[in-house]
Amino acid sequence: MSTAANETPRSRGKAPAGERIADWADGRLGIYSLAKSNMRKIFPDHWSFMLGEVCMYSFIIIILTGVYLTLFFHPSMNEVEYHGSYVPLQGQLMSEAFSSTLHISFDVRGGLLMRQIHHWAALIFLAGMFVHMMRVFFTGAFRKPREINWLFGFLLFVLGMFTGFTGYSLPDDLLSGTGVRFMEGAILSVPIVGTYLSFFLFGGQFPGHDFVARFYSIHILLLPGIMLGLMVGHLILVFYHKHTQFAGPGKSNKNVVGMPLLPVYMAKAGGFFFLVFGVIAAIAAVAQINPIWAMGPYRPDQVSTGAQPDWYMGFSEGLIRFMPGWEINFWGHTLVLGVFIPLVIFPLVLVAIAVYPFIESWVTGDKREHHILDRPRNAPTRTGLGVAWMTLYLTLLVGGGNDLWATHFHLSINAVTWFVRIAFFVGPVIAFLVTKRICLGLQRRDRDKVLHGRETGIIKRLPHGEFIEVHEPLSQEQLHTLTAHHQYEPAEIGPTVDENGVERKVPASEKLRVKLSSAYYGEDNQIPKPTVDEYKEITSGHGHH
Amino acid sequence: MKKLSARRRHPLAAVVVLLLALAATGGLYAAFAPAGKAQADDSAQSLTIQEGKKLYEVGCASCHGTGGQGSSDGPSLVGVGAAAVDFQVGTGRMPAATSQGAQVPRKKVVYNQTQIDQLAAYIASLGAGPNVPTKDQYGPGGADIAKGGELFRTNCAQCHNFTGKGGALTKGKFAPTLEGVDPKHIYEAMQTGPQNMPSFPDTTLSSKNKKDIIAYLHAVDSSDTTNPGGLELGGLGPVSEGLFAWIFGLGALIAVAVWVAARTAKAKKS
Repeated sequence: MSTAANETPRSRGKAPAGERIADWADGRLGIYSLAKSNMRKIFPDHWSFMLGEVCMYSFIIIILTGVYLTLFFHPSMNEVEYHGSYVPLQGQLMSEAFSSTLHISFDVRGGLLMRQIHHWAALIFLAGMFVHMMRVFFTGAFRKPREINWLFGFLLFVLGMFTGFTGYSLPDDLLSGTGVRFMEGAILSVPIVGTYLSFFLFGGQFPGHDFVARFYSIHILLLPGIMLGLMVGHLILVFYHKHTQFAGPGKSNKNVVGMPLLPVYMAKAGGFFFLVFGVIAAIAAVAQINPIWAMGPYRPDQVSTGAQPDWYMGFSEGLIRFMPGWEINFWGHTLVLGVFIPLVIFPLVLVAIAVYPFIESWVTGDKREHHILDRPRNAPTRTGLGVAWMTLYLTLLVGGGNDLWATHFHLSINAVTWFVRIAFFVGPVIAFLVTKRICLGLQRRDRDKVLHGRETGIIKRLPHGEFIEVHEPLSQEQLHTLTAHHQYEPAEIGPTVDENGVERKVPASEKLRVKLSSAYYGEDNQIPKPTVDEYKEITSGHGHH
Repeated sequence: MKKLSARRRHPLAAVVVLLLALAATGGLYAAFAPAGKAQADDSAQSLTIQEGKKLYEVGCASCHGTGGQGSSDGPSLVGVGAAAVDFQVGTGRMPAATSQGAQVPRKKVVYNQTQIDQLAAYIASLGAGPNVPTKDQYGPGGADIAKGGELFRTNCAQCHNFTGKGGALTKGKFAPTLEGVDPKHIYEAMQTGPQNMPSFPDTTLSSKNKKDIIAYLHAVDSSDTTNPGGLELGGLGPVSEGLFAWIFGLGALIAVAVWVAARTAKAKKS
C-alpha cells in the first residue's frame, strides 16, 4: 500500500503537505487500515454516555498537573526549619515534603493553582467514576460481553481511591498525617501480622522516615501506571464491544445508531475535553482546597477535630466512627474489634458492587449478548439492590462526617452516630423495598400508557353528562421504546427424575438460583408488559379508555 | 560534681535533701501565694462593688444564690474571678436562658461594659480569682504567630479545629468557633476554662503563650485572614470540599455533558 502511495503522486505533481505527512507516517506505522476501520466507528448520543469521558479527561488533567508538581516537590522526611513566605509558620520545624509543598503553594509561579487543579480534578475524577459506574449498573450495561470491562472500571475506581489517598498524604501535613495514622491503626488491628505489616510499610515505628518517599513512588508511578494501562484496556474494550444504546426505533441488539467518531465525535470529544478542563480550572481558581498551610506540619502528638479523609475514603471513616469500640482479650492478645471489623467490612462494601454482574448472570442464566440498555424501572430488583448499596454508601459518608452534622444541624453527635448504626442495617432494606415499589409503579404506568395512551389533560363532557379525560394513543416509535425490553421467566427446578426414572438429587445451588430468580422475575416482582393481543383488543374497540 | 556523687549515699543526705526541698517549697509559696490582706477599701472600688452587688441580686442571684454560693441551678461563683465574669457576661452566655440545651451558647450581650465591670468587681470581692487581662496581655505587640500556631495545634485544635472553626463534643455539646471572638475573651476563656473547656492558667500556658495563640488566631481566622487559594468553603476540610466537588464540580460537568449531547449533528435536514 505504501509503495503505491509513493509512486502515484509523482505523475500528478506534488501532493498536499498533509497527504505527504500521512503517507510518510503510514509507510512506517501502517495506520491507514487501523484508521479506516475505526474512524467511522459509530457512537450513540446520550449525555450519560459522556460520564466516562469526564473521568478520562480529569485523569489526563491530573497527570498533566501532577507532572508539574513533581518538578518542585521533595519527597523527603528530613526535618527542616521553614523560612518561606508564609508568615504563620516561620521558623517551625517540618519535613522537607511539607516545606516544599508550602514552597509550591506560595513561591512557585502557578504552583498553588496547579495544586488546586490537581486536587479538585482528583475529587471530580473519583466522583465521575462513581456516577459512571452507577450509570453502567442501573442500565445493565455490565451484562455480557462487558463483564470484564466492568471489572476494569471497578479496579480503576479502587485504584483511584488509593492513588488519591497516597497523594493527599504526601504533603505530610497535620490532616493527612492523621489519615496515615488512621491507616496504621487499621493495619495494626490485623491479628498476628498487623505489627509486622506496619513495620514493613513504615520501615519501623510510625511515622519513621520512609513513608513519604514510599507513598511518592506508589502515587506517581505504580498506581497511575496500572491505572493508565487499565484505562487503555477499558477504552479498547469499549471500541471492541461497541457502545451500548437505549432501546428505540431502528435500534437493535445488532446495530449502533449514532454519529461517526470522525468527524463528529472527534470534534465533540475534543471540545468536551477543553470544557472539562475549563470547569475544573475555574473551580480551582475560585475555591481553595486542602490548605496545608492552615493545617500545619504533621506531628504525631497533635490532632485536630474535623479530621476527615477526601470524600472517596469517607465511607471508611464512617465505618470506624459508627463502630463501637469493642476490644477482646484472646489468650493474652488484644483483638481490637472496633477497628478490625471495619477493616474487614471496608473491602466487602466495594466487592459487593464488583461481583454483582456475575451474580445476576448466574440468576438469569442468560448467555446472550446485550447491547441494548435496560431502563432502570424494567429491572426492579437490580435497581433496588443498586439503590440499597448507594444508601449504605451514603449512610457511611454521613457517619464519616458525623461531627459536622452535629455542629451544623445542632444535633447530638451521639444521636447522629446511633442513627448511622441503625441506618447501616435498616436503610438499605427500606431503600430496596421502596425503590422496587417505585419501579413496579413506573412499569404499570408504562403498561397503562401503551394500552390506553397518554393523558392529554383535556376533559370532555359526554352528552349524558359524564366527564372523561381524553387519552391520546402513543406513536409507533413510543410504543416500541416502551415495550422493547425483554422480560425473563422465573427459573424452575428441572425435572426431579432423570431419563431412567431415577430420582435426581437437586443441588442446593439450583434451589437457591430458582428462589433468587423468582425474587427477580416472579409474579409481583415485575409487571408483564402488554402483549400485541392485549393492545389489539383494547384499541380495536371504540372505547376511549 | 564528684564530691557530690561521693556523698549522696551519706546517712544524712536524705535529711539534707528533705530540708532543702521544704525550704524551697515554703520560700516559693511565700513568694507566690496571693496576698492575704484585704483589698484597700478605697471608696471608688467599694462603690463599684456595691453597684455590682445590686446588679447581681437582680440578674444572677436566682441561680447562683444570694451570696454567689451557688444553687441547684447554677455553680458557686466564689473564686471564679473577674475574668470569668467578664467572659461569661461579655460574650452574652450569661445570663443564661432558664432552659438551656446541652450548652450555654454565645448570644446577644445584655449588660454594657460598665455594668459588666461592676459585676466582675463584686464577684472578685467574693474570693480571689483571675483578673481581667490588660490590653498588653492580649494585644498583638510582640507576639510570635508561628509559636502560637504550634501551641494552638497542640492544645486547642483537637476541639476547635485547625484554624478555630469549632467542632463537636459529646451529646450536643460543642467547641464554638473562634472567629470574631474578642481577643480579650479568648484570653479569659483560656484562663478560666468556661463550660467544657479545660482551663489553661498561667502555670500551664504562660501569658506570652496566650498572646501568641491570640495572634495566630487573628492571622488565620479573622476578617483580616487572606485565603490565597480562594473561597475557604467554611475551612472545614475534606467534607465541605467533597460536597463542593460533587455539587459544583460534577454538577457543572454533567450540565455541560447534557448541553453537548443535546447539540448533535443532524443526519438529515427535516
